[in-house]
Amino acid sequence: MARHTLSILVQDQPGVLARISALFSRRGYNIESLAVGTTETEGVSRMTVVVNVDAHALEQVTKQLNKLINVLKIVELDDNTAIARELMLIKVKADDHTRSKVLELVELFRAKIVDVGGDAVTIEATGSIDKLEAFLNVLAPHGIKEIVQSGVVALARGGRSIAERSNKNSDRSQ
Amino acid sequence: MSQHITGAQSLVKSLEHADVEVVFGIPGGAILPVYDPLMDSPTVRHILVRHEQGAGHAAEGYASASNRVGVCLATSGPGATNLVTPIADAHMDSVPMVAITGQVPSAFIGSDAFQEADIRGITMPITKHNYLVTRAEDIPRAIKEAFHLASSGRPGPVLVDITKDALQASAEFVWPSHIDLPGYKPTTKPHGRQIKEAARMIVESHRPVFYVGGGVIRSQGYKELRQLAELTGIPVVTTLMARGAFPDSHKQHMGMPGMHGTVGAVGALQKADLLIVLGARFDDRVTGKLESFSPKSKVIHIDIDPAEIGKNRYADIPIVSDVREAISQLIPAVTAEFDAGNRADLTAWWITLNHWRETYPLGYDQPSDGTLSPQYVIERLGKIAGPETIYTAGVGQHQMWAAQFIGYENPNTWLNSGGLGTMGYSIPAAMGAKVGAPDKTVWAIDGDGCFQMTNQELATCTINDIPIKVALINNASLGMVRQWQNLFYNERYSNTDLQSHSIPDFVKLADAYGCHGIRVTKAEEVDKAIEKSMETNDAPVVIDFQVHRDAMVWPMVAAGTGNDEIQFARDLAPQWERGDD
Repeated sequence: MARHTLSILVQDQPGVLARISALFSRRGYNIESLAVGTTETEGVSRMTVVVNVDAHALEQVTKQLNKLINVLKIVELDDNTAIARELMLIKVKADDHTRSKVLELVELFRAKIVDVGGDAVTIEATGSIDKLEAFLNVLAPHGIKEIVQSGVVALARGGRSIAERSNKNSDRSQ
Repeated sequence: MSQHITGAQSLVKSLEHADVEVVFGIPGGAILPVYDPLMDSPTVRHILVRHEQGAGHAAEGYASASNRVGVCLATSGPGATNLVTPIADAHMDSVPMVAITGQVPSAFIGSDAFQEADIRGITMPITKHNYLVTRAEDIPRAIKEAFHLASSGRPGPVLVDITKDALQASAEFVWPSHIDLPGYKPTTKPHGRQIKEAARMIVESHRPVFYVGGGVIRSQGYKELRQLAELTGIPVVTTLMARGAFPDSHKQHMGMPGMHGTVGAVGALQKADLLIVLGARFDDRVTGKLESFSPKSKVIHIDIDPAEIGKNRYADIPIVSDVREAISQLIPAVTAEFDAGNRADLTAWWITLNHWRETYPLGYDQPSDGTLSPQYVIERLGKIAGPETIYTAGVGQHQMWAAQFIGYENPNTWLNSGGLGTMGYSIPAAMGAKVGAPDKTVWAIDGDGCFQMTNQELATCTINDIPIKVALINNASLGMVRQWQNLFYNERYSNTDLQSHSIPDFVKLADAYGCHGIRVTKAEEVDKAIEKSMETNDAPVVIDFQVHRDAMVWPMVAAGTGNDEIQFARDLAPQWERGDD
């Protein structure tokens, strides 16, 4: 099992999110993270899906996704050749005694404070899944009250866009 | 020239443009606007069924018999949900079908309105694609796309759900000149290099087998299959979905593989060094325990659906293509290899295969108490009705015996529910098949359990002059379940006794539906009853064959075991040759 990031271009039509998420659950795969948004092309949305599966299952899920009529293209983005980021908002306990320590960690992880309350601060942090996990680990002793995450978004490095890449995940024989 | 018509008229016009000749359906509130213009259509015939499940299976039977797209029509809510079983069935068996359902007015969607069901959501995992249409002007495109999707690539069911307001609104009718589906581009031509590699592997292997699935029938590749088989002299097995794709009488045919396959077919797959898989999908009923399935073989897997390749079994040579197209290209490629002098000797393989075939032929015992043997009935039916007849079956023992003992020579003559295993398929599918192939004799081979799920369509058959014939293999039991209880549950027959030798009286039931009813309880009455039915075409015929209930389907690979553990009769396992493994 390993974490894989799939970038999926879909026609922006009603029900398309349901089709994709239902396919994952029906075939027995668990979505770890999902982010959806519009793209540079009107009528086309992009989904970034993170799944934790082995290589055989990844090939299966990619092929099954490709069979959906509203799916235009699927590319797997791996950590070495792509940039993956996630946005997280974290509410951490911080009173007059601990606030400066929390602030120190925030700066260390190049995050920022977006709201301050009497006994807590809200932090905005972006980064890879690993970085955010590390950040949460150091914040944990202060007491994390609430977390919300955007889901991972990812783009391949280099000049080529996803539309210019071949769809070679779909079928070994092509 | 533009013309404004209602969405309902537009739907009927779209069906006419899609060359639909028949629709099976039942009206209801939300779909009602369609039924008015449908009455006036010069080309689309509507057949009023008695249950929407019947409409769906009839559309499947029609499609499977005629290679056209089957169409069914239902109203919203329960009408639509009654179509769920046949839609799932068509999805599993790759049957081209378009299901059209009415939906509550768009303003009511999501309000739990009367007869509202989210049929698009419900059918997402069991359709190739589906639509919810809320505007009249979108109807022609949805219908055009639905027929294209259903019949191209790997065929399958497509559902078009149309809101009542869209059916009532008016819009200009424009039949789209082209189809714009950027996310749908099935690969229909094989890769040339893969074909060459496959040809080399085929001519080099010493124990090859053609593992033929339903894809050969859907792609109409049977002529090419026969050519390639005869060119190479390689043995052929045909799965439950492929019976008739290759003549049963052909000397290279080893029969059906799988849980109730012949020892020869199962052995051929198990001991092969190469499987040439044509439009088949390594279903668990064929492979048995996957880990011990055909352990020594390489695999050439040809299928139009890339997701089937490598799903259950690794493919050494994957070929995504229309099966017929790929076989046509394999023929010259293999010929070229032969011409170059590359040809492995299959003599030893055939000696082994023939030994299995002769030692373990299909057979059955006559009941000792003089009651009727179900296998005998089916065997006689196959002999008397012949290979030009279309046979449909329900699901269970009678289905397996029908697959084993009829004798199929032609494609599209064996229609059954293979993937989903839907009891009740037989009668409505036979009705649809008879409509799709009116010049053919159609026999529904059904069990007494299955028959009681959908036999109300006999009314539809009688009223609409669709004279199907029904061979009811009545063992007064849910026979296959009973067989498992006998084998695996210490003969504790929990809830499998249907008592249908007395209730209902099937001859009276046939009579009530305006059919001819005949009861047969003795072997000597069998031929006469079948012959009389063959001569009767003024109404459907139902023969209540009251058969022995302890007959079992053999051979059998018990669920969860490997194919090597096949038994050709109770506690009797074949002796595989030494040196085969």
